Amino acid sequence: MSGSSAPRRPSRGTRIGMAIEELHRSENDLAGALLNLSDQQKANHEIFYVARDVARWSQEHVRRLAEIGRDHDLELDPEPEDETALLSRLKQKTSELTGRFHEPGLLLLADLRHLHRVAAGVSLDWEVLAQTAQAMRDVELLELAEDCHPQTLRQMRWANAQVKETAAQIMVTG
Amino acid sequence: MGRTDRIAEPWGTRTPYGPGEEWPVRVDSFLADGLTPQDVDRWVQSATILHSNGDGLDIAVKDEQIVGVRGRAVDRVNHGRLGPKDLYGWQANSSPDRLTKPLIRRNGELVETDWETAMSAVANRTKELLAERGPSSIAFYTTGQLFLEEYYTLGLIAHGGIGTSHVDGNTRLCTATAAAALKESFASDGQPGSYTDIDHADVICLYGHNMAETQTVLWSRILDRLSGPNPPKVICVDPRQTPVADSATIHLAPRPGTNVMLMNALLHEILEQDWVDHDYIDAHAVGFDELEKMLKDYSTERAAEVCGVPAEQLREAARLIGTSERLMSTVLQGFYQSHQATAAAVQVNNIHIVRGMLGKPGCGVLQMNGQPTAQNTREAGADGDLAGFRNWSNDSHVKDLAKVWNIDPMDIPHYTAPTHAMQIMRYVEDGSVRFLYVSATNPAVSMPELARMRSILSQDRLFLVVQDIFLSETAQLADVVLPAATWGEKTGTFTNVDRTVHLSEKAVDPPGEARSDLDIFVDYARRLDLRDKDGEPLVKWTTPEQAFEGWKECSRGRPCDYTGITYDKLRGGSGIQWPCNDEHPDGTERIYVDGKFWSDPEYCESYGRDLVTGAPVSPTEYKALNPQGKAVLKAAEYLPPHELPSEDYPFQLITGRTLYHFHTRTKTGRAPQLQAAAPDVWVEASAVDAAEHGWQEGDVLRVTTPRGEVTARLRISGIREGSLFLPFHYGYWDTSGGDHPTDSGRAANELTLTDWDPASKQPIFKTAAAAATRVEASQGRAAPAPTTTASRPVDPASVPPTTGGDAALAEEQIQTEEVAR
Repeated sequence: MSGSSAPRRPSRGTRIGMAIEELHRSENDLAGALLNLSDQQKANHEIFYVARDVARWSQEHVRRLAEIGRDHDLELDPEPEDETALLSRLKQKTSELTGRFHEPGLLLLADLRHLHRVAAGVSLDWEVLAQTAQAMRDVELLELAEDCHPQTLRQMRWANAQVKETAAQIMVTG
Repeated sequence: MGRTDRIAEPWGTRTPYGPGEEWPVRVDSFLADGLTPQDVDRWVQSATILHSNGDGLDIAVKDEQIVGVRGRAVDRVNHGRLGPKDLYGWQANSSPDRLTKPLIRRNGELVETDWETAMSAVANRTKELLAERGPSSIAFYTTGQLFLEEYYTLGLIAHGGIGTSHVDGNTRLCTATAAAALKESFASDGQPGSYTDIDHADVICLYGHNMAETQTVLWSRILDRLSGPNPPKVICVDPRQTPVADSATIHLAPRPGTNVMLMNALLHEILEQDWVDHDYIDAHAVGFDELEKMLKDYSTERAAEVCGVPAEQLREAARLIGTSERLMSTVLQGFYQSHQATAAAVQVNNIHIVRGMLGKPGCGVLQMNGQPTAQNTREAGADGDLAGFRNWSNDSHVKDLAKVWNIDPMDIPHYTAPTHAMQIMRYVEDGSVRFLYVSATNPAVSMPELARMRSILSQDRLFLVVQDIFLSETAQLADVVLPAATWGEKTGTFTNVDRTVHLSEKAVDPPGEARSDLDIFVDYARRLDLRDKDGEPLVKWTTPEQAFEGWKECSRGRPCDYTGITYDKLRGGSGIQWPCNDEHPDGTERIYVDGKFWSDPEYCESYGRDLVTGAPVSPTEYKALNPQGKAVLKAAEYLPPHELPSEDYPFQLITGRTLYHFHTRTKTGRAPQLQAAAPDVWVEASAVDAAEHGWQEGDVLRVTTPRGEVTARLRISGIREGSLFLPFHYGYWDTSGGDHPTDSGRAANELTLTDWDPASKQPIFKTAAAAATRVEASQGRAAPAPTTTASRPVDPASVPPTTGGDAALAEEQIQTEEVAR
């Protein structure tokens, strides 16, 4: 396709592959960010449980991206990455012990801000993938994006809502 | 006239009737030993306060003492009937251990003091914190058992005067999901159904609702239909063999925590068979496509596997629902206090919307309440809502409320939803809330994870005020205890789940120096010198009737419109259903007639929340979704419960209620007939599990979870295999521990986990993993559990029946047509 002297440009097909790979990575990151937030916030029960519930969405996305990746000659790990259980338990214990102090609230706001940014990145990645799939008339890929992207938006709105709910108490009364 | 032991026969004598007929009158009464109606000096009008049904009654007074009660034949709710808790519970009013003087903590001990000292301490600490740390360091935790006038006053003080958003009721524990589910489907609180739907329905579904024990009079109405001509079919969803299950055509007993799976499968089947009113949906609902898409994955076979319910039972239940002509549904704690509470309760609304069964006789949904005045906590904004079902995320509603209160809109915190109780406790835990004013509730027994709760409430840095009628477990932890008057000792109104407003008049004086909750709140407001923007007192009333008139203005034009009601109008006859205004001067039996809802974006109370994350739906999103104010079909995916059984904790623990007690037994534990019927905690397990472990009736079991332990005698009951049940009523006030366990625990909430539904913020009491071991053989003693209810033993011969004897004989007067003439 291109001359031997010109720099190699990825084919359109490969670019889709890259987009899938990138999403596979960023969804793994998002799941990690959610699980990390959960472990840090054992004393904030709603965050602890909801973060775990919605991390499953990202983990499911990882699995489905790996599956569809096979059609694009990608070998992606269908198993979402996981932190070691030991580290996670340690964090939970620490968070329970610091639950009596208000300063961790500032850490919570920082963690939620981070989560929102990661989710926003994933959301944009899905936009890119959906637009590409649409342009290339890749129905399967478009369906995947249509299934998964709304859940990313819900993860993002959740982070936003948590900030909105807790910010005043942390900033004013803390 | 007959005399019946209403402990042994909680629902009394049957008065059968057929579809569309009037429910016959049966007047129930109970007077103190040896008294007859001729001995009574006067009868004072009121309604029932120890459950949520809202039955009209009259209080008998002799020599300025309450001496009994009698059901009101003219009342639309009960047609004269009363339940066991009403017949005997009033005796608690005159218990010798009522609080009669304020108490204050001095050198670590609560000692008697005068009102001036107590109220100054409360007001001064409030003012100090307001100056030092601002309004968000102040929180209020109230109840579902005060009167409308009191909630409205409290909400005004907190939201409008102090400016804190930390106000909630213990309604969070019992009916938050009822409100949340209605807000999701109809964008506003307010029950579509009426109790009279029972008179017309051909299929009645009770979802997680053991009505026979929680609303005995309403259940009598269903029993009377069942024993009359052309009875309705009953569908019961409950993991226990409740009296409702005994009467059901189909009993589905799902694995705890799988309600959304079950509901989705029922809806799946209804759509699959096209038992759907497409015209109704096209004209009056949004969201059908999303619902249809979501339900694709929820086959009855999949649900059968997950819920542990036979697929053919699910299909048969769906067929009955799908082919019914007048479908009535009720929902309660089995859904509200379980995993995915709102998501599950919303699916019940969805069934009614897709079947077009709303706003017509026999076609109601009742998202039930658990407490007598829970509806008012919600209406008046003494929970996580703004007064008058106003929408905190609609600026024009906040402005309107500020106008009613004559304050600046910025004085009403509305940057986010009012804080829910579980989050308030979290703020107390992290030290950002330093003042907690608890009225008429007992979180030290009723909240989940009691070891945590006790440690939160006993912190030195917390100033805890408890306003109650007895020295409850929570009051024992307080810095100041304020003795309150209760039902029969003060005047006010309250509203039941089918929107019926009753007046409850003062019959006698409160004991000692106890004062009405309204008086105390008004005194508190005066001491804080709360003012409106013209410098006038913010709280402009001192009497209940003035407060009611104030509330009417606040309710004007809102769904819960009270403007057509007066105290005088409530006197003498039946309770009246809101909305009651110029347009509907006699009240409104059914709302949502002809598919008209209160869900217009500019009018609605709520834009809803994400059912999984709880994130509020933004105004823009809602307007795009539902611009024309229709009903919203909201789909929900099933998520596995957060705590699943494991090798160490192989059982699923559910907590709940018994017919004879209310809340933490502060009153029912002091009524001899009720206390004797269910004197102590027990634990239920199935016959299969008992056989496997070699347990016998009455064996002492230790039940544990990662949070704590409870020791109780075993009742082998009809509960689902793999599940354990503990009643939550039993705390420590009548044990040597006082406010805490001495050795092993007795309160079920020692075991529950701190987790709540993200949409309704209602704690989950019915999905915890638990272990059980035998610590002592029964030695012939049975568990202290009633045999008349869901705790009935599988082997009836193994346990003596629950009876009340002569002390429980109550009058029943069935009004035959002859007598009526």
